[in-house]
Amino acid sequence: MQQHQKAQRAGPIAIGALAALLVAIILMAILTGKYPVTPGDILAVVLAKITGSASGVAPTIETVIWNVRLPRVGAGILVGASLAAAGAVYQGLFRNPLVSPDILGVSAGASFGAVIGIFLSLSVLAIQGLAFAGGLAAVALVYAIGSIVRERDPILVLVLAGVAIGALLGACVSLLKVLADPYNQLPAITFWLLGSLASINRTDLLSILPAVIIALLPMALLRWRMNLMTLDDEEARALGVETRWIRIVIVAAATLMTAAAVSISGVVGWIGLLVPHVARMFVGPDFSRLLPASMLIGAAYMVGVDTLARSIAAIEVPLGILTAAIGAPFFLYLLLTTRRGWQ
Amino acid sequence: MMLQATELAFGYGRVKVGQSVTLSVDRGEVLCLLGPNGCGKTTLFKTLLGLLPRQGGHLELNGKDISTFSRAQFARHIAYVPQATGAYFPFSVFDVVLMGRASRIDTFASPTMADRAITQEALAALGIGHLAARPFTDISGGEKQMTLIARALAQEPELIVMDEPTASLDFGNQAHVLSRISSFAASGMAVVISTHDPSHAFACATRVALMRAGTLVAIGKPADVLTPQSLQALYGVGVVVAYLEQAGRHVCTPTLNARNAP
Repeated sequence: MQQHQKAQRAGPIAIGALAALLVAIILMAILTGKYPVTPGDILAVVLAKITGSASGVAPTIETVIWNVRLPRVGAGILVGASLAAAGAVYQGLFRNPLVSPDILGVSAGASFGAVIGIFLSLSVLAIQGLAFAGGLAAVALVYAIGSIVRERDPILVLVLAGVAIGALLGACVSLLKVLADPYNQLPAITFWLLGSLASINRTDLLSILPAVIIALLPMALLRWRMNLMTLDDEEARALGVETRWIRIVIVAAATLMTAAAVSISGVVGWIGLLVPHVARMFVGPDFSRLLPASMLIGAAYMVGVDTLARSIAAIEVPLGILTAAIGAPFFLYLLLTTRRGWQ
Repeated sequence: MMLQATELAFGYGRVKVGQSVTLSVDRGEVLCLLGPNGCGKTTLFKTLLGLLPRQGGHLELNGKDISTFSRAQFARHIAYVPQATGAYFPFSVFDVVLMGRASRIDTFASPTMADRAITQEALAALGIGHLAARPFTDISGGEKQMTLIARALAQEPELIVMDEPTASLDFGNQAHVLSRISSFAASGMAVVISTHDPSHAFACATRVALMRAGTLVAIGKPADVLTPQSLQALYGVGVVVAYLEQAGRHVCTPTLNARNAP
């Protein structure tokens, strides 16, 4: 029992340490870049914006901090935390550590929506809107197919339907790439499909914030029930859990979150797959600790990777390339070193 | 009668597995279900637990049709110990047993100190308090079975349904589980189990039901139902049923092939 209580107390300490890590990475991200910024400048600008007074910082630096780096870091936090939270939820719900937020086709649907937008030369806002709607529509379709098929393992049916719909949408995206203007549209499509925060502004950030908060609410409220959702469906029902509606609510929340994130960042792979594993190593599988830990690590990882993406080369490196280049070897390392189970 | 099934028909979807099952169980009773592989024991259990919709007949819990119960209401009365658990993540044994409290914790709430205390008691009752902090995915088969029984106990049910609780356990752990079952009944709970060993029925059951091809062929006291003739008809092998004075109860053993027969 004492040993158990010690394990219970280790959770909050680990989460505190992860929060401190996130703060450090945020600071580093704002300080990194072509224009030199000091921690004092950041404090002065933020205080000035809150109080409405003058900051006393050079106008260029103020613009760099307030209009460029802070929104970008904010987007990194929001996108990273969202993808990681959705990944943690889906891995639990589908009882499979290889599941990522795109399992039900949300990324494929969002890609298709965004690529249509780019193909039709629509505005950025319209492209984001189409990506968001495409992500939700793809998962709704997958869920509808899953509900029609009865008398089989509901989880397996959902995953298989997700694979099929995802492949279909992938084919549509490929077709549009072939048809797209290779000089104007194709680079934009490719860039979107690999993910980037380069063109983020404050409006993007504020436009997805409500969706992320609305989606987070049921995840946080159902945090203990989520532990039971990782059991076999019949076992969870025998313990008194109404798995059917909890699954609908959780899938809807995770989809909303992922679609919102992907609509402003493009497809950023690997975060939703990798981060929950790392979080589980720190705080164990209990969802009430796994959710905050995943969000903190996801946000820190995304902000860190995005800072690399804009500083290691003269051009912006697409995020998907970096998250995979860092994530895949790390994932293999986990595969080779973890004993068994997915700790 | 606590749980009463009348002329129950059951199966998966449109597939009919069994029919005309009438049985009941009350507090303090241990009902043991025996039958060859594939005769429908697990399907019957899942139907009794409301996990599969029944295809016909009546099924009542404390006099009320079970379809009037929500999952949580039902789980406050009846606990299920499955043959194998789908535990994919390394929850601690304590957290697994704590999950037994789900039906008594509001959907949006988390376990209270009282829930943790009851979990602790359930662990102690099964003698596995020392495993509390161990990951469930790391412990032995016998320890897992004890953990699942502790989880059912934490549910504070009136009836526990156990699907082959002694399968895949070693000799010692089988004995441990059987004596727990007897003590649950002695404390006023009802228990329904299935097993492949008729001796286990003699060891813990107050009543025995024999199942073949989806129907009950006999139900009654162990000594009345478990005869060499009925067991031979059920399993297709010769069976010796003998009273073992040192154990104070009957045991069953198959006669092997003709060469070894007396």
